[in-house]
Amino acid sequence: ISRQETFSNFLVASVMAEEELPGILILDIGGTHGVLENLVPLLKKHFRLITMKEFLENKKEMSKKIQSVFVFECRPTVDRELLESLPNLKVIGNSGVGVDHLDLKMISNFGVKVTNTPHAVADSTADIGMALMLASARRLVEGCQIAVSPDTKCFAVDWLGVEVTRATLGIVGMGSIGYKVAQRARAFDMRILYHNRNRRRKEEEEAVGAHYCEKMEDLLQQSDFVMLVVNLTPETHKLIGKKELGLMKPTATLINISRGAVIDQDALVEALQNKVIRAAALDVTYPEPLPRDHPLLKLNNIIITPHIGTATVQAIRMMAEEAIANMLAVLNGQPIPSEVFPK
Amino acid sequence: TKPCGRRSSSFPSLDPPAGFGQELPYVLIDCIGGRYGVYEDHAEFLKKYFHLIAMKEYLENKKFLSKKIRAIYMWFHKPVIKEELLQSLPNLKIVASSGVGIDHLDLNLLSRYGVKVSNTPFVVSTDTADLGMALMLASSRRLVEGYQIAVSPDTEYFPADWLGAEVSGATLGIVGMGTIGYKVAERAKAFEMKILYHNRNQRNKEEESAVGASYCKKIDDLLQQSDFVLLSVNLTPQTHKLIGKRELELMKPTATLINISRGLVVDQDALVEALQNKVIKAAALDVTYPEPLPRDHPLLKLKNVIITPHIGSATKKTRRLMMENMMESIQAGLRGLPIPNEVLL
Repeated sequence: ISRQETFSNFLVASVMAEEELPGILILDIGGTHGVLENLVPLLKKHFRLITMKEFLENKKEMSKKIQSVFVFECRPTVDRELLESLPNLKVIGNSGVGVDHLDLKMISNFGVKVTNTPHAVADSTADIGMALMLASARRLVEGCQIAVSPDTKCFAVDWLGVEVTRATLGIVGMGSIGYKVAQRARAFDMRILYHNRNRRRKEEEEAVGAHYCEKMEDLLQQSDFVMLVVNLTPETHKLIGKKELGLMKPTATLINISRGAVIDQDALVEALQNKVIRAAALDVTYPEPLPRDHPLLKLNNIIITPHIGTATVQAIRMMAEEAIANMLAVLNGQPIPSEVFPK
Repeated sequence: TKPCGRRSSSFPSLDPPAGFGQELPYVLIDCIGGRYGVYEDHAEFLKKYFHLIAMKEYLENKKFLSKKIRAIYMWFHKPVIKEELLQSLPNLKIVASSGVGIDHLDLNLLSRYGVKVSNTPFVVSTDTADLGMALMLASSRRLVEGYQIAVSPDTEYFPADWLGAEVSGATLGIVGMGTIGYKVAERAKAFEMKILYHNRNQRNKEEESAVGASYCKKIDDLLQQSDFVLLSVNLTPQTHKLIGKRELELMKPTATLINISRGLVVDQDALVEALQNKVIKAAALDVTYPEPLPRDHPLLKLKNVIITPHIGSATKKTRRLMMENMMESIQAGLRGLPIPNEVLL
């Protein structure tokens, strides 16, 4: 799917009275965790919007109307109790590609489908991966602090970062997002290694100049930058631990745009404190946010961003469109673009 | 393999040190080490080829040293060269200046004294282009703000309605499509950006289509269409205050200005006003005038600005390549050979 083709192409403009529209459950509109207000008209075109508050106040009537749940930034929480109270629920449409917050097996047992939005997230998340790599390598955050600090009198000339151009980038997880990272990194003349469950086709590898590392150890030992772009599954939980960090170069940087739990955070703290690796740049941690006394917040060789991989006006909208298209496909009995199955 | 960005030198570079009994050429530097001096590991290398004389040493022994000094190794604008210095160095042949910018040198003055000048234009280009991309991404995605939220003692949760703007697919207008500007274009293309450029001269068709760049003969057209305006011109009388109130108003109110050229290319007062009044959305500056800015300067207080301390070429590898280039230029200049990276008037 090209950038231009948003899922607005797939949206069927139903000509139905509002009461006849399928009910969709959301946590809330606006506020700290609710669906963004400017997405509401998009949802209302195809669904009858029911907030959690409305549902709880009038369970008897609302429960039968709800055919879909729109999960935005992991909310509302989909637990057994909720599933039991929604007899006509057909689909859970997740905004975003990660579904580690959903119990896929349990949901499947209720005969409910789960969909995600892999296409809408890819560009913005790949961009954040590149942004973190560049910011870390060139010490951008530190530099900003120096530039504005009241104590700064002169700019020191021996203040240096490390090169990104022509360095070696190891991508762990070469799905849609990982591949887009490779496309961008190639333009910086980077040497690209990747590790993935399955090897990509030769043409795909050649298009971005990526070399397959069947063993992740080989990737870790050769990379100047290691970027994690896997999804979180039992297999990738703590994928990067003490051993893996020890295999990395002492001059290397670890970048995480996947999920916090892919890294053994305690091992990471130790590795950064002891300069086993040079630095880390994390868009994701476990939990989010970290407790305010967490050692990761005190280290000066780390940058953390508040899970903003898809936090752009454009991506948020595209995610809603993709989720809506998926949910409508389920409700209309059409082929589902992005269904997620339990293992 | 030779790292790219370093022009393949056909000159006798890195020659073995002078034979026994032959004196090494005397080269004036500001100082070694500390925050502003020649790096110690660089000095160790240079000492194989030159007799390095620090300014302090020179001033203590002017009578003897003034005739000996045949070159000046100018590392980040030091030592400062005034006419008085040129008058007292009768055998000065060449000044090698670090970096690509030469706006800090009085080329006419140096020419009158018959002193040649060299810079290091190519080795800085990839790092500077990388920093331009870093600034564009950091600004657009609000990276510095985001970091502050992530580490702030007051943060209890991450708000859902906190958004930046996408770089992928946006329109980038490059003002100044020299070596650095072109490398920015190469990088931006991979983000599927639409690329416009303005330059004194249009590049050839192959160069344009390799990066998908469209020429804007009038800078106004570029300013009106761009989501990001990146300045990568050199500083000359023609580019001084190139971006002023008029140009900022031509930009979209949702646009970001990125400066990796020289502070004086932008009318800073006009920029402050434009940012305060949201005439443009944001700015990201690696360069200002002066550097650093006075601590009470309004640019330091604006929320929609990020400033970095002129770190365009600040990596270990690039600084090493700069030093080697300068060494080669001095060697060639002292031997009467064609000078690599000579700056001509």
